[in-house]
Amino acid sequence: MSEAFGLLLYGFGVLLTWKTLALMMVGLVLGIFVGVLPGLGGPNGVAILLPLTFTMDPTSAIVMLSCIYWGALFGGAITSILFNIPGEAWSVATTFDGYPMAQQGKAAEALTAAFTSSFIGSFVAVLLITFLAPGIASFALRFGPPEFFAVYLLTFCSFVGLGREEKHKTIISMTLGLLLAGVGMDTVSGQLRMTFGSAELLRGINFLVAVIGLFGISEILLTMEERLALRGHAAAISLRTVLRVWKDLPRYWVTLLRSSVIGCWLGITPGGAIAASFMGYNLAKRFSKDKESFGKGRIEGVFAPETAAHASGTSALLPMLALGIPGSGTAAILLGGLMVWGLNPGPLLFVEHKNFVWGLIASMYLGNVVGLVMVLSTVPFFAAVLRVPFAAIAPMIIVSCAIGAFAIQNAMFDIWLMLVFGVVGYVFKKIGIPLAPFTLALVLGNRAEDAFRLSMIGAGGDLRVFWSNSLVGSITTLAVVLLFWPLISAVVSRLRGAKA
Amino acid sequence: MSGPEKEIVIEDPAAPAADSPPVAGTRSVDIAVSLLLLAFAGLLGWDNWRTGIGWDAAGPKPGYFPFYLSVILAGACLWGLAKELRARKQPDAPFVSRAQLRRVMQVFVPTVAFCVLTQWLGLYVASFLLIAGFMAIIGRIAWWKSLLTAFVFAAVMFLTFDVAFDVIMPKGPLEAWLGR
Repeated sequence: MSEAFGLLLYGFGVLLTWKTLALMMVGLVLGIFVGVLPGLGGPNGVAILLPLTFTMDPTSAIVMLSCIYWGALFGGAITSILFNIPGEAWSVATTFDGYPMAQQGKAAEALTAAFTSSFIGSFVAVLLITFLAPGIASFALRFGPPEFFAVYLLTFCSFVGLGREEKHKTIISMTLGLLLAGVGMDTVSGQLRMTFGSAELLRGINFLVAVIGLFGISEILLTMEERLALRGHAAAISLRTVLRVWKDLPRYWVTLLRSSVIGCWLGITPGGAIAASFMGYNLAKRFSKDKESFGKGRIEGVFAPETAAHASGTSALLPMLALGIPGSGTAAILLGGLMVWGLNPGPLLFVEHKNFVWGLIASMYLGNVVGLVMVLSTVPFFAAVLRVPFAAIAPMIIVSCAIGAFAIQNAMFDIWLMLVFGVVGYVFKKIGIPLAPFTLALVLGNRAEDAFRLSMIGAGGDLRVFWSNSLVGSITTLAVVLLFWPLISAVVSRLRGAKA
Repeated sequence: MSGPEKEIVIEDPAAPAADSPPVAGTRSVDIAVSLLLLAFAGLLGWDNWRTGIGWDAAGPKPGYFPFYLSVILAGACLWGLAKELRARKQPDAPFVSRAQLRRVMQVFVPTVAFCVLTQWLGLYVASFLLIAGFMAIIGRIAWWKSLLTAFVFAAVMFLTFDVAFDVIMPKGPLEAWLGR
């Protein structure tokens, strides 16, 4: 405990230079912009702005990127409450009570509640990261290839077993990602695979190029398809409103705590923020004495989902830092960033790059506080961003995407690849093939394959290596159980029904 | 009361009409995508089989892992195909209406043109043309506003990436003439 505290102070030391603080502010402003603008959100905003950081040192780079992410999270709440447009899937639950509050002229209260609860949710999650991540990382230092493969398997299986999408579509998305990750030079033998003689494919398919296309370009196409008319409320937040909302906060401590716990729990498992926000909202409603008032502008209905979503979004960084496995799409992109800056994600990060890890964790604390103050004071300005016509924003986003895609490997081919992924993303989203498993598979594919092959080499091709000790055995078994979870739960409920 | 409450209203006169006829049904697109992915799985499976899917002294050969992935991909596609074909008697949701497709093309075609132009004219000139053209022609915004916005945006991008952060973008004749 005290060791983590000392390291955290050390992290603040790394952080407190004028340059880093300035980058933090820039990141937050850019992030709020990205969160407010239609057709952009957390993951694509981070992906598009990633090239800005290529020439920075990794610590400054990650501080700026994570601040873009915090900013985007804060920004999403603005459009949900004022315009009833959830910027991200996890802000949907925020609109249930946030928009009615705005309609009743209580927009400022709703926004203050949303920002404050985001802050609380992230804060709890950051505390969790500070005290839990180093322990998990040092435990994971003992992992060999079989353990790592088992953890990757667990990640993939939990997507298939626990996802809400049709199972075969999740599997299509995931295997496609794993396959495309394998294109190019094989890391074990040096042989070429799936390049079909193309020199451009030698480099492999870059993860970030795919993300920019899948999320950035496809989002523009989808946004164009809809009606772009908006009707919403302008709001400014006065200090008096903020203090009034804060004074009432202690009354909602149960809701806040419950949502934080749900969020942290679901954030560590992949793809959890959306589920977390709905679960936070529904549980707050179920335990409330006055269920009827939910959905009609109750402030608790803003507290609950926002706290859960942000606790989950932040704690998604825990497995990324400690194990090298991202818990969300944005965490996956940050992981892609680590690789670009020449860092190897995984438990060794805590040993080899103390500066980086603790600088990042400290920036989560500072970024959240600064972000909260900033967003509370600048809401009217950012809400006005929505007045900028989409016909001006769309081409600018396209240009930014192209810059991002090109800068990663200085390749024109990547701009074309981005375009292809844009179309793929558009079609996949419309027919219900989830993109998150694809993203995760593409970024983890090579590492999962390497772990598998190294385990096989070590064990002489014996698949029983994945059950060779209690640790790896229990992870692998859990993975298999999760994969077949829908079947298992169906059988269990049928048996129960037969008994009754 | 917390500050003046105002309404923000943004109209979209060119919005796609709600009664526009659908171009394709979601199920037909789903089936087409499954068939395409099935073919893709076949292609990759064949390529990996050629690379070697067996085992040698150093464990599984390079084609082993991707080969079995293509088999799983093909299996999932077949499953999806069977499911959609079985459900073909039920009513289908529209994939995209004609008016929506028109709007999507309004942004997709200029984007393709932008990518082509980037190869010839460099990214900054191409982005100036894309932004100015898109704003003025599709967004029906006054020409002077469009040109000014496009110029400012391209210039800011150039100063940010090329000058401040040393991230080099594709360049064309204009940059050469300016000596950058």
